[in-house]
Amino acid sequence: MSISNEHPYMSVTAASNDAHTENGIRRDYTGLREDAALIKTAGLTAWFGSMQALKGIDINIAAGKVTAIIGPSGCGKSTFIRCLNRMHEVVPGARVEGSIFYREHNVYAPNVNPVMLRRQIGMVFQKPNPFPMMSIKENVLAGLPLQGKNTTNRDEIAERALRQAALWDEVKDVLDKPGSSISGGQQQRLCIARALAIEPEILLMDEPCSALDPIATAKIEDLIHTLRQTITIIIVTHNMQQAARVSDYTAFFYMGELVEYSDTDTMFRAPHNSRTEDYITGRFG
Amino acid sequence: MKTHEADIFRKRSLTERWIAAVLFTCAAVSIVVTAGIIAVLLFETMDFFGRVSLSDFFLDTQWTPLFADKHFGIWPLMAGTMLTTLFAMLTALPLGLSIAIFLSEYAPERIRRFLKPIIEILAGIPTVVYGYFALTFMTPLLQKFIPDLAGFNSLGPGIVMGIMITPIVASLSEDAIYSVPASLREGALALGSTRLRALRHVILPTAFSGIAASFILGLSRAVGETMIVAIAAGQQPVLTLDPRVPIETMTAYIVQVSLGDTPHGTLEYSTIFAVGSMLFVITLTFNLIALYLKKKIQRGVL
Repeated sequence: MSISNEHPYMSVTAASNDAHTENGIRRDYTGLREDAALIKTAGLTAWFGSMQALKGIDINIAAGKVTAIIGPSGCGKSTFIRCLNRMHEVVPGARVEGSIFYREHNVYAPNVNPVMLRRQIGMVFQKPNPFPMMSIKENVLAGLPLQGKNTTNRDEIAERALRQAALWDEVKDVLDKPGSSISGGQQQRLCIARALAIEPEILLMDEPCSALDPIATAKIEDLIHTLRQTITIIIVTHNMQQAARVSDYTAFFYMGELVEYSDTDTMFRAPHNSRTEDYITGRFG
Repeated sequence: MKTHEADIFRKRSLTERWIAAVLFTCAAVSIVVTAGIIAVLLFETMDFFGRVSLSDFFLDTQWTPLFADKHFGIWPLMAGTMLTTLFAMLTALPLGLSIAIFLSEYAPERIRRFLKPIIEILAGIPTVVYGYFALTFMTPLLQKFIPDLAGFNSLGPGIVMGIMITPIVASLSEDAIYSVPASLREGALALGSTRLRALRHVILPTAFSGIAASFILGLSRAVGETMIVAIAAGQQPVLTLDPRVPIETMTAYIVQVSLGDTPHGTLEYSTIFAVGSMLFVITLTFNLIALYLKKKIQRGVL
């Protein structure tokens, strides 16, 4: 699959033209528009065995933006992003119906190689998962051998990815120590660096801070703010403040359905749906 | 009605204390017996080395304690054991590891749950059956490809011994690979890796100590295995690395003397304790290494 690195939909002017002011609330509908979407799903349905985790999700995800997926445990938010890079099917008994378009390609078309797709759509998991037998540097560069690539400028790639992940200054003197020897927050940034080193167009983050303390969480959030300039991010979080802080758009999932989707400001200031309001005001979840 | 306070001060019942005592005795017996075996082995071995010097034992290249011209060089027996062990491991490693990789990475859960017990049944076949399998099937089969293979040789029994150890290697390696956290497997796949590369670069290295432990336990089984080699490898202690000719392993020698008419208490008879001690030291070393590696995986990884 050859996908150019241009972002045809990522023009700044297009985004700013879509920002409307309504009753003093800034509204931006770029992410909701089909023509501005980098990912579009249609009737996306997912199962684990006989348990249906997603019930027909239609959503457009904007290029060059941060989209947060929120919702209570078991609402299908993790399943949703795992469908986007076809990691859902790695679990035995899991299956998917409906379609996901990444640019013009149907991700679930029979001729799509999920291995190649995952090189475009990287992923960071809930629990930091550095490879225990590898050093910090080998962890950052793990994508190279795993993709069968042999590159000469390894140092350069490692440094760039670690700088992008705001980890370079903390680990530059201990690059040969095991990846598991650093703190949990550092390990998670190491995993982000590892995902960035293969230069994906989209980064999926599945509750990346749920195993971290508040300080480590703040660092990851700062990092998301920096990364949004170069990469499209879709982040699953159960932390509503986090969604409000880091994202441009927020989607609220409940019981496998997409209940509400709008720009983050609207979502948190004036939700349309009463279930969304109940959730974000803490009445359930 | 009895009060609850009265209950908590009641003594543990006599039966319970009796059962604890009986169980403790059973546990103690196994330790005492092991200690006894080691003591006898050590005592008899000291007696042997009182009559035969260490240099004769370790430097001589002939092993002829049962003949008039006696030599006590351990190396012919060592060479026999090493040869059969080598062929066993050359068989068991690739076979066992392949089975382990298939079961843990590729087989659907249903097939895994069905196949694993079957493979473990292989480990329950009496070794005497394997011995005759080597003598009457494997060696004649190999003779079709290697015409000058003798009826007793180290190759055939070595391979059969490998088949015997394969379940140990497969089962323990499979445990090690299966216990690699799914998060690492997913981490590798999410980086755009094929399953094979994930296996090679992440999963096998992570499971390495467990796989190594399974190899070493298999090795220790091969070194100590007796029946197969006693039946099919011959009883000729010659210092050779030729897999086609009859040899004698350390274990087969012990069988030969124990079953033969060598009188107790003689120098000839005490040789088996010296050889037994050697075996004991070798297998103990391997088992300790395997134990260390297993502990390492229990601590490590997660």
